[in-house]
Amino acid sequence: MAKKYPVQVKVNGKMKSAEVEPRLLLVHLLRDEFDLTGTHIGCDTSQCGACTVMLDGMAVKSCTILAIQADGAEITTVEGLGSREELHPIQQGFWEKHGLQCGFCTPGVMMAVNGLLQENINPSEAEIREALDGVICRCTGYQFIVKAVQHAAELIREQQSQPVSLENVTTRGDVS
Amino acid sequence: MIPTSFDYVRAASVPEAIQLLKNFNGEGKLIAGGHSLVPLMKFRITTPGTLIDISQIQELKGVSKEGGRLVIGALTTYAEALGDPLVAAHLPVLAEAIQKIADLQVRNKGTIGGNIAHADPAADLPALALALDAVVHITGEDGEERVPIQDFLFGPFMTALPETSIVTAVSFAIPPTEGKSTYLKYFHPASGYAVVGVAAVARKTADGVINHIRVGITGAGDCAFRAENVEKYLLGKTATLENISKAAQLAADEVDMGEDLFASSDYRRHLCEVYTERALRKVLL
Ligand SMILES: Cc1cc2nc3c(=O)[nH]c(=O)nc-3n(C[C@H](O)[C@H](O)[C@H](O)COP(=O)(O)OP(=O)(O)OC[C@H]3O[C@@H](n4cnc5c(N)ncnc54)[C@H](O)[C@@H]3O)c2cc1C
Ligand code: FES
Ligand code: FES
Repeated sequence: MAKKYPVQVKVNGKMKSAEVEPRLLLVHLLRDEFDLTGTHIGCDTSQCGACTVMLDGMAVKSCTILAIQADGAEITTVEGLGSREELHPIQQGFWEKHGLQCGFCTPGVMMAVNGLLQENINPSEAEIREALDGVICRCTGYQFIVKAVQHAAELIREQQSQPVSLENVTTRGDVS
Repeated sequence: MIPTSFDYVRAASVPEAIQLLKNFNGEGKLIAGGHSLVPLMKFRITTPGTLIDISQIQELKGVSKEGGRLVIGALTTYAEALGDPLVAAHLPVLAEAIQKIADLQVRNKGTIGGNIAHADPAADLPALALALDAVVHITGEDGEERVPIQDFLFGPFMTALPETSIVTAVSFAIPPTEGKSTYLKYFHPASGYAVVGVAAVARKTADGVINHIRVGITGAGDCAFRAENVEKYLLGKTATLENISKAAQLAADEVDMGEDLFASSDYRRHLCEVYTERALRKVLL
């Protein structure tokens, strides 16, 4: 049995710890140890992006990061994006514009989009498609995903122009 | 898939990393961004005994200008280099190339030093490094060393890096003022890696005579290479369409092309010529 090491991370605002083998992938730490099964695994080749989460504020593929390398980091998974009662604008956008069919890719797509929208709340269609380069959707043909992202960006811009602005669009809510 | 078991240590400094490499006697493997290594470990193509994590050595991050060169710390991620004002001001062609590497998520983790040290024959930066006369900064047991990129890369996934050394930075020559540079890539439709990638840097005199020219090509063969015959042909000539098109025919001269299910060696040779011609037109006309 390989040696285990302690790992401590802040996930969706909560401190969590586990003892892990160095070979444990971050996606398995999230799914199997912390029961956050919103983060999906869709491939073995680091290409599909279904496993995308925010790691210290950046969209990354959690299947290509060792859990032990994330020690001390802050992570936001799709569960931390919004709550059922108060959807995140990205979730609202995907809902209202039908940005999904089977939904398997959707958590990762939304986190990749989160990575884009936190840098740029007014992306062009080309920029949106570029940001979707690291995710694969087998159903939608991307057309409705692009529409959903455009709608989400609009919702975020509206919120930000209101007097009570969104405190933190990336780490709101916690359903874990 | 899940990698085979291995042990893990984190190095806090360059000397510590070198000491650890020595201690593990060739069984220790460095990990930086992990975006070439972890996929290989997941397929169990690479099965290291111990990973030495250098990703948190802060001194290996960041960009600085030293004379006519930009020195990029090995652990600088693609995303960090893309957002760096020195890169934007002096080496926009690096940003152009980085934007063609993988996707948003990979660019947030992958490092410049890792890309060069890995020496993947289909990686993008080796071509640019060759065209920008890059120098690899290495630190090992016997101190520091600077190795020109042409001597550093010598085969598929093979470099001149000694076993107990680490790459600390890669420096790129800032292209001559009034020169132009570009990186063009034919993407593999599934993997996104370069089937062929061509970097070109050039300058001409006021009357159109080419007085500086570098062409680096990746993807096509076993190892990225400088298209020296193209450079020799063009140096001292005027930048005309005819000269460019003749020079581009020499792009894959005397170089063995790779061959796989996707692209035959003839097709790769053809792509080398076409992409070299396009790159030359961009930097010379
Ligand atoms: C889905 C996907 C798509 C990709 N597409 C592209 C692409 O289009 N073009 C492209 O160029 N690359 C591509 N890559 C590879 C990516 O750019 C890698 O990040 C990069 O090649 C390696 O950098 P790293 O920091 O991740 O290195 P790691 O994976 O950590 O290390 C790679 C190798 O280099 C060694 N190493 C790392 N750092 C050092 C150092 N400082 N000193 C000595 N040795 C070191 C390691 O020991 C290991 O052998 C892709 C990767 C993925 C997952
Ligand atoms: S599961 Fe991570 S990229 Fe496919
Ligand atoms: S909605 Fe089915 S894979 Fe994207």
